Amino acid sequence: MNGIHDMGGMQDMGAIEFARSEPVFHERWEGRIYAMSYAVQATGKLRLGLRPPIEGIPPGEYLRMSYYERWLTSLTERLLASGLVTRAEIAAGVPQAGSAPHEIALSPAAAVAALFKIPATRREVPAVARFRSGQHVRARNMHPVTHTRLPRYVRGRAGTIERDHGIFVFADTSAYSQGEKPQHLYSVRFSAHELWGDEAATQDSVYLDLYEDYLEPA
Amino acid sequence: MNTSQPHEQDHDHEHNHQEVPADVALRVKALESLLVAKGLVDSTALDALVDVYENQVGPRNGARVVARAWVDPDYKKRLLADGTVALSELGYSGSQGADIRVVENTAKVHNLVVCTLCSCYPWPVLGLPPVWYKSAPFRSRAVIDPRGVLREMGTELPAEVEVRVWDSTAEQRYLVLPERPANTAHLSEDALAALVTRDAMIGVAKVVVSP
Repeated sequence: MNGIHDMGGMQDMGAIEFARSEPVFHERWEGRIYAMSYAVQATGKLRLGLRPPIEGIPPGEYLRMSYYERWLTSLTERLLASGLVTRAEIAAGVPQAGSAPHEIALSPAAAVAALFKIPATRREVPAVARFRSGQHVRARNMHPVTHTRLPRYVRGRAGTIERDHGIFVFADTSAYSQGEKPQHLYSVRFSAHELWGDEAATQDSVYLDLYEDYLEPA
Repeated sequence: MNTSQPHEQDHDHEHNHQEVPADVALRVKALESLLVAKGLVDSTALDALVDVYENQVGPRNGARVVARAWVDPDYKKRLLADGTVALSELGYSGSQGADIRVVENTAKVHNLVVCTLCSCYPWPVLGLPPVWYKSAPFRSRAVIDPRGVLREMGTELPAEVEVRVWDSTAEQRYLVLPERPANTAHLSEDALAALVTRDAMIGVAKVVVSP
């Protein structure tokens, strides 16, 4: 979706509020929502990814919200979309009378183990690579209204395949539990000139990891 | 070590620009009690998850990797060839780190990491990302004006240096291997690791020897 989250290349967002050091969580609730999101996700019962609900937050709200406030919105929407809680329960803060508990909460050991387990999005399935290193490609000019990892600032731009990373689950469909659609993922180099025009330094470039479905021969 | 130096004024500043409604903490608390009652989470598991990133996994991991690469040329070769495998040699792997690629800064090339769409970051070696990394100003400008971003953060790059920006859009996470500062031949691996900052491993700073 062409949402506010896709902000590469935007200007006038203000100064970078740089802090050389800061706490991992600024408030206790930030750690709780982070951990809750992770713990529920690790049960495998969520049918919606973290990012689609965040990308659906209206732009004004998105910019006002802190990062973990967006996570609260996201987890709430994911729980609802997965049928694990109801809006009435969220509003009341207690389970509906008579509803049976899910009994799927992970123990501390299992939750931490899930954190250190390498999540497998790489797939060892046969898929012939359409592109090879060094080949000129163009990012498709496409505007899906759903989740995508193809930022607007490279759409329609020409680049060069730098590396084939192998075959991965396609985020655009897996975020909605709509199939893995495994495909090659490539590192693609775009020159700063191609992206930003003649004023960019000639030798500079931006590299993005792009799924095969985003690319066409240049 | 230097990544944990307190900078209280920076911290306060960071807080002031966020307008978090007072009820957010209450909503999170209500959600936690609901999820516990529904049998979806265990509060002690949440404590354990918070503890991992507050106390166990952070930029000290990445600093150890960098120092090892500086003193051991064979390790450096393996690290640049396959970051994920070389990091697991030191015991670093896990969420947001299934595929980590290490990119090397030299006198001629400067690498900078960003996630314009969200907040992708190599958790096993750097922990969770800082607020500025996830913020609109950094995410929007890092790709269009990396030299300006670096200047604003205190590093002026010579015009002839090549800047490579890595926008972590899918599956790969990036760690910058900073240049080893001059006059450090006498330092031990541990002493070298103590010089390496989180910011140098994101590519928004260089490693310097403290005066």
